[in-house]
Formats: sequence, C-alpha cells, structure tokens
Amino acid sequence: MLTLLFDGVAYGMLLFVLSVGLAVTMGLMNFINLAHGAFAMAGGYTTVLLMNRLGVPFLATLPMAFVFTALLGALFERTLYRPMYARPHLDQVLFSIGLVFMAVAGVDYFIGSQQQMISVPSYLQGRFDLAAVGIGKYRLFIIVICGLLTVALQMVLSRTRFGSRLRAAVDDPRVAQGLGINVNQVFLLTFAVGSGLAGLGGALGAEVLGLDPTFPLKFMVYFLIVVSVGGTTTITGPLLAALLLGIADVMGKYYAPKLGAFIVYTLMIVILTLRPQGLFGHKASK
Amino acid sequence: MSAVQASLKAAAAWRWWEMALGVAAVASFFLLSGHALLLNEIAILALFALSLDLILGFAGIVSLGHAAFFGFGAYVAALFAKHVMPDPLVGLVVAVAASAALGALCSVLVLRGSDLTRLMVTLGVAAVLYELANKLDGLTGGADGLQGVVMGPLLGRFEFDLYGRVAYAYSLVVLALAVLLARRVVHSPFGYSLKALRDNRLRATSIGLSVNLRLAAVYTLAAALAGAAGGLLAQTSGFASLDGLDFHRSADVMLTLVIGGTGYLYGGIFGAIAFKLLHDVISAWTPQYWTFWLGLFLVVLVLVGRDRLIRPWTWWKRS
Repeated sequence: MLTLLFDGVAYGMLLFVLSVGLAVTMGLMNFINLAHGAFAMAGGYTTVLLMNRLGVPFLATLPMAFVFTALLGALFERTLYRPMYARPHLDQVLFSIGLVFMAVAGVDYFIGSQQQMISVPSYLQGRFDLAAVGIGKYRLFIIVICGLLTVALQMVLSRTRFGSRLRAAVDDPRVAQGLGINVNQVFLLTFAVGSGLAGLGGALGAEVLGLDPTFPLKFMVYFLIVVSVGGTTTITGPLLAALLLGIADVMGKYYAPKLGAFIVYTLMIVILTLRPQGLFGHKASK
Repeated sequence: MSAVQASLKAAAAWRWWEMALGVAAVASFFLLSGHALLLNEIAILALFALSLDLILGFAGIVSLGHAAFFGFGAYVAALFAKHVMPDPLVGLVVAVAASAALGALCSVLVLRGSDLTRLMVTLGVAAVLYELANKLDGLTGGADGLQGVVMGPLLGRFEFDLYGRVAYAYSLVVLALAVLLARRVVHSPFGYSLKALRDNRLRATSIGLSVNLRLAAVYTLAAALAGAAGGLLAQTSGFASLDGLDFHRSADVMLTLVIGGTGYLYGGIFGAIAFKLLHDVISAWTPQYWTFWLGLFLVVLVLVGRDRLIRPWTWWKRS
C-alpha cells in the first residue's frame, strides 16, 4: 500500500517536471501547446542515444538532455511559435498537433519505431525496505531530483528579479510591457527552460514511462490534465495536480486494472466541470 | 419588406455553386461509380466535418473529442443491426437519436470555462468512451472490433454490394438531407444568434440571448449529425471498432474542416474531398510516414494562413 503510494508520488513528480514548462508557457502567453511532449521525447532520445551509441554515463546525459532540449525549444520559439501567439486557439491547436505528427513520424523514420531500452547504472537499480515499505532506488532518485528542481523553481520564481518579471508578465503582459519588461525575452527564456525541463523529465522517465515515437501523443493528455486541473497561475497547483494524477493512476492500475484510465478521465471531467479554472487556479485577470 | 429583411433573404438565397455542387454529387454517382468505395468514405467524412462545423464554425466551440459521437453512433448502429433488427434506416434513426441524447448530456460539460477547459473536457469524454468500449468487450468486441454485423437491404430492396454503389447513394442522400437541415438552421434566427454569441458572448448575453440553451441545442444537433456519420460508416462497412472513437479521428475531422474552411457549411465537403485524396496519394507513396507530411501540411497551413494558401494569386502581393 505505502509502496504504491511511493511509486505514485515518484510518477507524479515526474509528471510535474514534464509539464511545469507547459503550465508556465500556457499561463504566460495563453498559448495551447500540444507539442510539449515532443520536447520531452527529444530529451529522452538524447539520453538513450548518448548512452547506447556513445557510451556516455547515465548521470552525465541528464544535463545534456536538458541543454539540448532547451536550445531546441529556444530555436522553435524564436522561429515558429512566436507568430502564433496572437492567433486564435484553433490555429494554435492545429499548429501544435502538426508539430506532434511531424515529430512522431520523424523519429520513427530516423531512429525506428521500437521501444527504446536504457539500463540505469547498477547503484540505482533494485530496491530496499524502509520500515516495511519497499522503496525502489530509481524511484527515490527521481523524487529527490524532481523535489530539488521544484524547490529551485519556486525559489527562482519568488526570490529573483527574473521571477518577479515572469510573474508580472503572466498576470498581465500588456502592463508588464508598459513597465519596461521585455516580455518577448522573458518568454523566450521561459519557453527554453520549460522545454529543457520537459527534456530532463523525458530522460528521467525513459526507464519508467517507456520511450517510443508515439510518446508525445500518449502523454499529451496527461500533461494537459496536469495543467488544466492544476491551473496555470501557480507552481503549486500543477504540482499538486501532478501528484494527484500520479497517485490515482498508479493506484487505479493496481487495484482496478480494467478501469485505470477510465477513472482518471472521469475524475478530470468532474473536476473541470465543477471548477473550470482548475482546482487551484483563480480566475484570470483578463 | 424592409432593408434588413431583404438582406437576410439575400443571404439565405441559393447560390449557383450550391446548385452546381448538387449536380456534381448526382453526376459523381453515375460517372465515378468505379470509385464508389472511396466516394462513400468522402461522403461520410463530409457529414462528420459538417457536424463539427456547426459547433466550431458557427458556435465557436473548439472540440478535440468530436469522435466521441461518431464512434458512439457507429457502435449503436452496429449493435442495433446485430441484436435488434438489420434494417439500415431504422438503425440510422436509432443511432442518431442515441447520439443526440449523448450530445445533450455532454453539452452541459462544454458550457463553462475557457477554451483549454473545453478542449480537455471534450477530449476526456471521447477518451472515457474509448476506455468503456475497450473494457466492455463482451458487448463491443473490445480491441477486435464488433464483428458479424449483417445489414439488411436498403428500403427492403437494395442489397449493399461489394463495390459500394448502394452504400454511396445511401450516404450521399443522408449527407444531402443533413446539408439541407444545417442550411435551414444556419439561416434561421437561431443560426444568427449562434454567430452573435460566437463573436462576442458578453454582448450576446446583454441583448437578451440565452447563451447556454443555444449552445446546448447546437451541440446536441452536431452530436446527432456526427452520430449519423458514424452510423453510416458502421452500416456500410458492416463493422464498428475502437478506431471510431480514437483521438486521431477527432484530429482528422478538425483538419478536414480547416482545409475546407469553417463557418460556411460547405467547408466539410470540400475539405473531405481534399483530405481523402491527399491521404490516398501520400499514403500510397509513403505508407508509414504519411503523418509527417500531414503534420507539415498543418504547420504550413496555419503559418501561411488558409485564405492565402488556397488563393495562389495573392502570394506575391503585399498584404
């Protein structure tokens, strides 16, 4: 029981790191980006290819996955995404679905459609018992890394100058611009870091979630659930939503394997019907 | 007759190209009967896209889960034919009624919240139905699909043939009826009020329109038409499967509609023709990777803008 809870928390933390970038960019530019999972996939494949083809150690690949995906995100933001911000939501949805289709087929073409395997180093394998709770070492590793990232993000957002600029821009981009904040630059950085985090999440999750070319489509719904249920105005909202989703999914798959996904989707519909702004969001100022 | 009445009348008048489209549809049945199977698919997709146009183009609801009603209609039609009676027309009516009921039920869910919330809720409804159909394998056949559906002859006389000629005629007639119905609805005061609340919900409310009732009504109507499309597919192919509820079907129909253009009723028909032909050509050329070209097409379509893309003579002009 507690082991399941532990696994659920690990899964939830992973989902949070994967989708926090999406939450921030969606809150900032009101942009519906369905292609967020493609960046996560890019990070996952960076790790897999570096490990399996070049023999780079697992831990060293993680920062590389982050940096590579962040650069990729910055490039895409600058060239393709920026003209899309002012468009209607329908255009944004179509555009980002198009990107997903291209990413899925492109990876399929260059790397192959098979499931990618990675072997985490031996010191992260296996599990130990702590007060009769079986704890997987790799799961613990994920929780620690993601926990540290969450704290760091929260600190950056609440304590630094960049954080206050970002929050101002989320609240009202026009007024922020009027106060001399370079909103475009803030957004470029945020998008890059958000994509980088997704890439890191994809790299960390390659062992747990599995990695194949359909990854962006398979997990798109999960990211969107986290963002829409958690709301886009805070960091804690998506965090709690991700934990809730992770725990519900793991528990659901264990206790009612036939109904797992069914429960998750039904829960989402109920929550969104009762609270359209998300569980933890407040009404947007616009 | 006042000037306003006259302008409304003029807007609702039949255009020459609408007539031409009708003639072309009838002609295609006689001249292109060798391709009736493909034409049947196009007619069904057009009907499906038309139903999405009613909520997306006229009421402004962005839905990523319209396949929910399509797949539901398909299952209802197939199950009805298998267990109750094999007559296609009665089956279609039942499928339409069931989908309309489901649509009315779900319309409560799309009234509130932002575009994102609505996107998620529609997607969620389709996903829930997909999971249900997958789990209830005793009833639906699960992942294998519902097999062994034998349809009776149409009107008690015309058997469905292998070449799809009867099927195409059947789908075409249903599509024509649906277009007539949708046309009537769109040019009615109700249709104009939908456009008003699409453009500005706040103002529409303040001139006294009951927004929620109207949205619910059009959502139900769209669900009924989507169910008709699904029912047609199940009846003409004698098969219903999870594929009908899948996410890619919702995405495809949205793409179809966007290619054809939203908000003028015939976008679904032109889009369906373009989409199916495109699909046929590209997947014959590169079967495994055709989604790449589909994705590229979408990205270019949105970046360049649909209006510019289908009017090449504007490409070199400054906007």
